[in-house]
Amino acid sequence: MTDDDDTRHASVAQPDGGPGAARSRWHRIAAFPLRCYLTAQRGARALVRAVHSRWRRSLQLRVVTTTLLISALVTAVLGFFLVQQVLTGLLDAKREAALNDHKTGLDTAVSIMQEGDQSTDQDGRAKEITTELSNHSGTTGLYEVVILPTVGGLRGYATVEESSVPQRLRDEVRPSPELGEQYVTYTQIVDDDYRAPGLVVGARLSNTYELYYLFPLDHEQQMLDLVQNTVFFVGTVLILLLAVIAYIVTRQVVNPVRAAAGSAERLAAGDLSERMKVRGEDDLARLALSFNDMAGNLQEKIRELEELSQVQRQFASDVSHELRTPLTTIRMAGDLLYEDRDELEPHMGRSVELLQSQLERFEELLADLLEISRHDAGAATLSMERVDVRDAVMKAVGDAEQIAEKSGIKVVMRLPAEPCTAEFDARRINRILRNLIVNAIEHSEGKDVIVTAAGDRDAVAVGVRDFGVGLKEGEEHLCFDRFWRADPARARTTGGTGLGLAIAKEDAQLHGGWLQAWGMPGKGSQFRLSLPRREGQELRGSPLPLAPPEMATGRVRGFSATMGEGAPGAGSADTVGERAEAGAPEEVS
Amino acid sequence: MPDTPMKGRVLVVDDDLALAEMLGIVLRGEGFEPSFVHDGDKAMEAFRETKPDLVLLDLMLPGADGIDVCRQIRAESGVPIVMLTAKSDTVDIVLGLESGADDYIVKPFKPKELVARVRVRLRRTEEPAPEVLQIGDITIDVAGHSVRRDGEPISLTPLEFDLLVALARKPRQVFTREVLLEQVWGYRHAADTRLVNVHVQRLRAKIEKDPEHPEVVVTVRGVGYKAGTA
Repeated sequence: MTDDDDTRHASVAQPDGGPGAARSRWHRIAAFPLRCYLTAQRGARALVRAVHSRWRRSLQLRVVTTTLLISALVTAVLGFFLVQQVLTGLLDAKREAALNDHKTGLDTAVSIMQEGDQSTDQDGRAKEITTELSNHSGTTGLYEVVILPTVGGLRGYATVEESSVPQRLRDEVRPSPELGEQYVTYTQIVDDDYRAPGLVVGARLSNTYELYYLFPLDHEQQMLDLVQNTVFFVGTVLILLLAVIAYIVTRQVVNPVRAAAGSAERLAAGDLSERMKVRGEDDLARLALSFNDMAGNLQEKIRELEELSQVQRQFASDVSHELRTPLTTIRMAGDLLYEDRDELEPHMGRSVELLQSQLERFEELLADLLEISRHDAGAATLSMERVDVRDAVMKAVGDAEQIAEKSGIKVVMRLPAEPCTAEFDARRINRILRNLIVNAIEHSEGKDVIVTAAGDRDAVAVGVRDFGVGLKEGEEHLCFDRFWRADPARARTTGGTGLGLAIAKEDAQLHGGWLQAWGMPGKGSQFRLSLPRREGQELRGSPLPLAPPEMATGRVRGFSATMGEGAPGAGSADTVGERAEAGAPEEVS
Repeated sequence: MPDTPMKGRVLVVDDDLALAEMLGIVLRGEGFEPSFVHDGDKAMEAFRETKPDLVLLDLMLPGADGIDVCRQIRAESGVPIVMLTAKSDTVDIVLGLESGADDYIVKPFKPKELVARVRVRLRRTEEPAPEVLQIGDITIDVAGHSVRRDGEPISLTPLEFDLLVALARKPRQVFTREVLLEQVWGYRHAADTRLVNVHVQRLRAKIEKDPEHPEVVVTVRGVGYKAGTA
C-alpha cells in the first residue's frame, strides 16, 4: 500500500471536493424540475386512474354523466334555435317599422323640397329637412336622420356621424333608378363615444340628396340578451334537474342491484342463510325471488353434501371402532400364542408366526385406510410446529434403521451444515420420509440409499435416492396411485400396504408442498419432498433438483413427474445439470 | 373366594365380550384380579361393589358413554383410570383425559403394552419413605398421601399426587413434558404430551388459589413446568 493509493482512495471516498461534486450539484439542481414534473405526472395519472376506475365501477355515475351530456347538447341546440327565432322575429318587425318610418320621412322630405320656401337654397332645405324629420323622431331617439349629397359640392346633414351609413349601402342607393326606392342594411351607429348596432334604411331623396334613417337596435339587443339569459338559465336548471332525475331513477334501479350484488357476495363468502328482501312484483322483485330460490337450493344442496360427508366421516369412525375392537382381541390372542410358539408343533408354530406377521400387516392396512379416508373426507388436520429438517431426516432414517440393517443397506445422509427449519406437522412429515426411505431400501437392490436435505429462503426439500431398478416412463405418476405396485411379479419383501405413497402425497399437499418422483430404468429413482418454510406460503420452487445431478451431467433424460402445483417439466435433466454443476442447490421450477 | 395375594383388582368396563374375556386372560396371566362389567349404566354399581385398584374403561359403551362413566368414577374416587379407545383423533382423547382418565391406550394394542400401562398406574402401592414436602403454602405428606393448604386437606387423585410430588421434590428444576411423561406415566419413548397438559390443568384447578394465575405449578414457556416458590 503506497501513499498514492491512499490519496486516490481518499478522493474517491469524498466526492464533495473535486469537479465530481460540482457535477453532482448541477445534477441535483437540474433534477428538481424533472422531479416536480414526474410527481405531477404521477399525480395526474393517479387521478385519471381513480376517475377511470370510478367510471367503470359505478353504473349510476355513468348514467348521470350521460344524461347530463345529452341533455346539455339538446338544450344547447334548442336554445340556439329559440334565440335565432326570436332574433329573426324581432328584426323582421323592426325592419317593417323602419321601412314605414322611412317612407313617411321621404314623403315629408319631398314635400318640404317642393313646397318649401323657395328663397332658401338646396343646402338650407336639406338642413331644414333634417331638423324637421329628426323632430318627428322625438326625444326617445327612435331613429337618427342623415342626409347626404349625391353629388359633390354640397353638404350633408346628420344627427349622428355620417360614417354610420356604410359605404356599401350608399353604393346601392346612389345608382338606384327611381327616387324613393328603399335599401336596408345593418350597421353600427357611431356618435362621438356612442356605439350601437343599428338598422339603416336609405333612398334617393332627389337627384342631389339621399335620405338615410338609422334605427338603433338597443331595445332589440336588450330583448335578445334577456331571452338568451333566460334560455341559458332555464337550460342550466333543466339540465341539473335532469341529472337529479337521472340520479334518482338510477338509484331506484341501482340500489336493488347493489343490494343483490352484496347478497350474492355474502352468499359466495359462505353465508348460506343470506336472502334478498322482496318488495312488490316488479322485475327487481323477480330478481330477488329467483336469487332467493337459488340461494335456497344451494343451501339445501350444501347441507345435503355436508350431511353426506358427516355420514361418511361417522362411517369411517365407526368402521374404525368396529374393526379395531375385534382386531385387538385377535391381536392379543395371537400374541399369547406367539409367546408360546416354541412349545407348539413346528407346523403350528409356523402358522402362529404367519398369523402374527399378517396381523401386523392387517393393522397397518387398516391404519392406512383410515388415514386416507380421513384425507378424502377433508378431515385431516395439521398440527404445525417449527422443526429442523435435519432432525426430521435423522429421526426418519433412525426409524428405518432396522429395515435397512436387515436388508444390509446403508442409508447415507447429506445434510446442510446450518439449521434448516420449517413449519410443518412433524408426525406427518416423519411418516412421509420414513415411507420414502423404506420404499427406497426396498427397491435399491442392495445398493446404498442417499437422503439429501437442503433449504433456501422460502423452501426446504428432502430427496431420497436409490440406485435400484428405477421407474419406467409414466410410472413416476403411477407410483402415487393407491395400491400401485412397481412390479406385480416381484415378491413382496417388506410388504407395505400400497397406500404409503398415496398418503404421503396427500400429506405433502396438505402442507402446500410437493411430492415428486424421478426415475430411469436401471438407474434408480429419486423422490423429492419440497415444503414451504412458513405455513400457508405458496411454494414456487424447490432447493433441490428433482433429477439427480450425476444423471443430468451425463445429459441423459430421465422421467420426472410433478405432483401438486409444480410447473410441468420442472427439473428437466438438462437445466438441472447446469444448475447442479454450479454448486449450491437452487430453484429449478 | 380364594385368599391368594393379588397384585391388584382391575375392573374392565367393556361392551365387547370377546375383548373383555381376552383382557381377562391377559390380566390373570400377569397376576391381576379382573372383574367385568359390559354396560355403562351398571359400571358405577360394579365399581362400588368391587372397589378396584384400577379401571380399564372402553370409551364407546352402550348405555352411559365412557366419558360419563369416567366422570362418575372420578367424582367418587381417585382410582387410576386407563381408557381404551379406538379413536386416535385428538378430540376424543383430550375429552377423555379432561373427564378424569389418567392414561389412555389406543386399539389395537399389544398385551405387553397394556400390562405395562396398568403396572405403572399400580406401582405406587410400594410404601415410600416418610417425607414432607412444601411448595408455597401447600404441604405434601408423601408417605401419608395427603396434601394440605394451611391445614386444610386437598383431595388429589394418585396421578395428580405423583405429578405434584415429582415437581415438589426438585423445587427449582424445570421439568420438560417428556421428563414428566417418563417419571409420572412411565413412558420411555416420547408420547402424547397432551397427557401432561391436561393433568397439569386438573391439578391446578385443585391446588391453585387462582388457576388462571398459577403460583404452585408454574409454566416455563417453551420448556415445561416447575414448582413455584410463592
